[in-house]
Amino acid sequence: MRKYLLDLTVSGNEKLSGNYILMKLTSEERLPDMLPGQFAEVRVDNSPSTFLRRPISIHFVDRDANELWFLIQLVGDGTRKLAELKKGDIVNVMVPLGNSFTMPSLEQQELLLVGGGVGIAPMLMLGAALRNLGYYPTFLIGARTKKDLLQLDAFENYGKVYMTTEDASCGEKGFVTNHSILTQKFDKIYTCGPTPMMKAVAAYAAKNNIDCEVSLENKMACGVGACLCCVTDTTEGHKCVCSDGPVFNIKDLKWQI
Amino acid sequence: MADLTTNIGNLVMKNPVMTASGTFGYGEEFSDFIDISRIGGIIVKGTTIKHREGNPYPRMAETPSGMLNAVGLQNKGVDYFIDHIYPRIKDTDTNILVNVSGSTVEDYVATAEKVGELDKIPAIELNISCPNVKEGGMAFGTSCESAAKVVSAVRKAYKKTLIVKLSPNVTNIAEIAMAVEGAGADSVSLINTIMGMAIDAEKRKPLLSTITGGLSGACVKPIALRMVWQVSNAVKIPVVGLGGIMNATDAIEFLLAGASAVEIGTANFIDPTVTIKVIDGINAYLDKHGFKSVKDIIGQLETK
Ligand SMILES: Cc1cc2nc3c(=O)[nH]c(=O)nc-3n(C[C@H](O)[C@H](O)[C@H](O)COP(=O)(O)OP(=O)(O)OC[C@H]3O[C@@H](n4cnc5c(N)ncnc54)[C@H](O)[C@@H]3O)c2cc1C
Ligand SMILES: Cc1cc2nc3c(=O)[nH]c(=O)nc-3n(C[C@H](O)[C@H](O)[C@H](O)COP(=O)(O)O)c2cc1C
Ligand code: FES
Repeated sequence: MRKYLLDLTVSGNEKLSGNYILMKLTSEERLPDMLPGQFAEVRVDNSPSTFLRRPISIHFVDRDANELWFLIQLVGDGTRKLAELKKGDIVNVMVPLGNSFTMPSLEQQELLLVGGGVGIAPMLMLGAALRNLGYYPTFLIGARTKKDLLQLDAFENYGKVYMTTEDASCGEKGFVTNHSILTQKFDKIYTCGPTPMMKAVAAYAAKNNIDCEVSLENKMACGVGACLCCVTDTTEGHKCVCSDGPVFNIKDLKWQI
Repeated sequence: MADLTTNIGNLVMKNPVMTASGTFGYGEEFSDFIDISRIGGIIVKGTTIKHREGNPYPRMAETPSGMLNAVGLQNKGVDYFIDHIYPRIKDTDTNILVNVSGSTVEDYVATAEKVGELDKIPAIELNISCPNVKEGGMAFGTSCESAAKVVSAVRKAYKKTLIVKLSPNVTNIAEIAMAVEGAGADSVSLINTIMGMAIDAEKRKPLLSTITGGLSGACVKPIALRMVWQVSNAVKIPVVGLGGIMNATDAIEFLLAGASAVEIGTANFIDPTVTIKVIDGINAYLDKHGFKSVKDIIGQLETK
């Protein structure tokens, strides 16, 4: 897929509950085609300690408004600087990068999308794409506490939403892998979130023989497969999370699950 | 429009801007962003005789104005390059150079010989900064004797333009450059990354799998510039300058310090179009100051 280097204009930058922002970017030109699971490398200007771009998942593309959405957790100088941007400011992005989630095969009907923390970001775009293809996916969203549960209304548009929180402030108590919905039968699972969560989901999928794709994170420099900084171990040796991934099928990873 | 052509030995370049090995893949990774044929030369990834998986991850740690890497020469080996990558990139309308690495003199020679057979590869860049396994893990490039030994062996086996890339992790880089010149190199390029380290204080752990790694990016420029200046005063062969070049002004500084060409590495990660901006910026500088050719500024630093 063709990649672009674009100066986009901030059309909205909303503080959400907890420590998150929902950033919306627009352009006078039609935004390029992007697939669920792909990401952008975002240049952070005026942050002296932020040298490299920051990889951020494509949360959603609103074609009617010609907007690209990012859901960002503020963890350091780079993301905090992005949170300061105001409507009308310019953000330089390399987009779209990486592979994407694969669409279900014919016999895969019951789809489970599991997101933890800010790892829910790519799940909205994926849910929308699946709904568009006629599926009715199930979302299972895990968070530490109620204020970390984000964008629930948006998810409701595309499927049924279940939640877990570690402190029982919303949904069922515990981790996503404790949720009662997992007693139902699923044909394919997609997941993104903290590594321990994805490993637990992958272990559940492997045990029940369910096809499962995970979206990985790693430290990145180039974002386009040129520098080999971002590799992960696969059955075929080291592969780049930025260009061979970020989405991998668990059968290709060397996770001890 | 000034004349931007420059020469490295017999190698003629349409402009003095190349991409640094390990930072620009095989060029293809950037072709959506720029017309890569505008670049003076593309130096592809470090290539070794056999496939190398490289180091475990994490392999990268950011610093406020640079980055540390510990990639460890991951590549599929020279035969894979010849069979699968070379056919794809050989007709790019620019100079494609291969960065040759190895752990023994024999490996370097064997790799250089194989690359020497390829019509469309007019030059190699010999990376003598990798660990010399036989001599106890020190890099070839850290002593005059071992540097001269590997360069003269490769010189015998490789007839086209031989550029030798020097390590900055030495006490006197000019001496190494002279040893390499004496062993038959057509040119030297410098600098490779500077050995550094990063720690996660909260976890009390190193940030890189290998504990130490190579520093590159804006923060290394003053060191690189000083070394290019010292080396170009010490040798007669052309010098290729690199290390922390982020824009055209940085590149011009290297040319003034004595470099006949420059390479851009880490800056490609922040701006994938930086090479084109540097080429255009050098041209604008030459026009503004009334120079007809880029050769008119090489080594023209006024120190009095
Ligand atoms: C493919 C990909 C997609 C991503 N998508 C999103 C997204 O949609 N939304 C989002 O908020 N983040 C996302 N991330 C993570 C995001 O890139 C990092 O959080 C960001 O780079 C941190 O930058 P910073 O300058 O704010 O923090 P830094 O100053 O770089 O780091 C501050 C602290 O946060 C920690 N930290 C840094 N990166 C991460 C990380 N990836 N996970 C956990 N802790 C980290 C550091 O160890 C450090 O302690 C994604 C990462 C990848 C690789
Ligand atoms: C991720 C990465 C990989 C590199 N791989 C190689 C390599 O394979 N061979 C080599 O000679 N130099 C390698 N280098 C060093 C660069 O070519 C260059 O010498 C160094 O980064 C300094 O230039 P810069 O500051 O412009 O990046 C690598 C650098 C980086 C950042
Ligand atoms: S970040 Fe450079 S290869 Fe993935």
